[in-house]
Amino acid sequence: MANADVTVQRLTKRYGTNGRTVTALSGIDLTIRAGSVVSIVGSSGCGKSTLLRIVAGLDTDYEGTAALGGARIRGPGLDRGMVFQEHRLLPWLTVEQNIAFGLNGLGAAETRRRVEEHLELVGLAAFARAYPGQLSGGMSQRVAIARALANRPEVLLLDEPFGALDALTRIQMQQEVLRIWQADRTTMILVTHDIDEAIYLGDDVVVMSARPGTVRTVIPVELPRPRDRNSQPFAEIRKRIHAEFFGDGSAGTAYVI
Amino acid sequence: MTAAGDILEVRAAPRLPRLNLGRAGRWAFAAAAPVLLLAVWQALYALGVVRPILLPPPTRIAATLWSLIASGELPRHVGVSALRVLEGFALSASLALALGVAIGLSRTLDRFLDLLIQLVKPIPPIAWIPLAILWFGIGEEAKVYIIVVGGFFPILINTIDGIRQTDTRFVELAKLLEVPRWKFIRQVVLPGALPPIMSGLRIGLNVSWMCVVAAELIAASSGIGYLIMDARQLSQTDVVLAGMATMGVLGKLTDDALRLVERRLITWRTSFGGV
Ligand SMILES: Nc1ncnc2c1ncn2[C@@H]1O[C@H](COP(=O)(O)OP(=O)(O)O)[C@@H](O)[C@H]1O
Ligand SMILES: [Mg+2]
Repeated sequence: MANADVTVQRLTKRYGTNGRTVTALSGIDLTIRAGSVVSIVGSSGCGKSTLLRIVAGLDTDYEGTAALGGARIRGPGLDRGMVFQEHRLLPWLTVEQNIAFGLNGLGAAETRRRVEEHLELVGLAAFARAYPGQLSGGMSQRVAIARALANRPEVLLLDEPFGALDALTRIQMQQEVLRIWQADRTTMILVTHDIDEAIYLGDDVVVMSARPGTVRTVIPVELPRPRDRNSQPFAEIRKRIHAEFFGDGSAGTAYVI
Repeated sequence: MTAAGDILEVRAAPRLPRLNLGRAGRWAFAAAAPVLLLAVWQALYALGVVRPILLPPPTRIAATLWSLIASGELPRHVGVSALRVLEGFALSASLALALGVAIGLSRTLDRFLDLLIQLVKPIPPIAWIPLAILWFGIGEEAKVYIIVVGGFFPILINTIDGIRQTDTRFVELAKLLEVPRWKFIRQVVLPGALPPIMSGLRIGLNVSWMCVVAAELIAASSGIGYLIMDARQLSQTDVVLAGMATMGVLGKLTDDALRLVERRLITWRTSFGGV
């Protein structure tokens, strides 16, 4: 479905806070092929959210370029959908109203059709009329994904979407995202601090380092899906990523990330 | 995950030990404080501690209340005051809500009117009474005017605050989803502002009752305020207190009505109810 690459070139982002400037991102070069899933891992504060916000168009004050399908990103647009760590559902709207919140100018019949289709997609058709306060964390996040996908974006941006969920729900959600991606091949950029999640879902895992945020390395994950977290090749990739953060030695006293 | 079973997860919150009463028990518990007050008051009378001319016992006041109701005098005054409150509150609420929403949404309008509001707001409603009499005489308009002035500002300020407190994360979300302005106001701004707006309405209604009595105390020939003032001139302390008690009950009942509306409108909120 998606047919536009995301390209980021020599991207540098500085924040000026009371006289001091913080370089959040420095010289980022990345190409995310249309239809692929790219995971981004990195320690907290290394600029992952900043990068996603720039691609989303929420932050347009930066150096370098960020483009979708060759066109420079100048602001938010329906060709990009976003899911945040908190579900960000409107508490006073029902599940179906929350999904319809992002559907504008489509006409009543098409809106209803899209809402139903995406409720079905995330398996929550039975909860169309429930309020967010009645849902579990995992269900809320699935509604947020449905809302982000309802406009059929080229790119889905996920900023630590499962970070607040328990370990078991998180794995279920990863399987769910995989299923959704296999169904329509929307390009996905997934920020996570869960290394297994990054490997399980990503075609590539981008490893970032902090202060200033740079791309340390990009590790391709050439394993067939669904991936077995306990398999030998999976473990080897996990080990490589660990080595990027902690060094090769298993001394356990590596620098704090 | 899709099973209906996980729709409500019940969490065991740590709790302070608390009294576990049934519905009737809670009523009785809540009624105990006023009943206790009346009992002490009655006892002071029985012991001869207070002079009945200054503070008649509850039994006397109850008897007075009863005869005032039976004669139709109290219902007539209540009706007059309630109508004034209703008219004044309806006016102040519609004006303050409309202006509050407009100011909340428009920076320009806010900058234009802010100083004026800050200067007029501190003038107590009572201070408007002489002017209202000069303008409208002692007719109905003067009282309604005082009520409008009194209820207007609490509703206005709460409405503006509520709109200003719109969650910036939702503003960002609406930007991402290209939600049209009107839909944003209807589905994000107004529902989010509803709790403070309801608080403002409740305060406004409360102030409206205060204003009607204040206006009637000074210049009126009917209404509860007039009843109280008239009784004072005749040294009928029991009637004064009966009028005051009526005020308390009326204020509570109308506040209850607004709380009911609030609960109907704000079904999503799960707020802290006290330990
Ligand atoms: N609005 C902001 N103003 C100033 N500094 C910011 C702002 N947002 C983020 N930063 C800084 O930029 C760096 C990267 O932040 P962020 O992108 O949120 O990191 P991550 O998502 O990887 O944890 C951090 O050092 C953070 O303090
Ligand atoms: Mg972040």
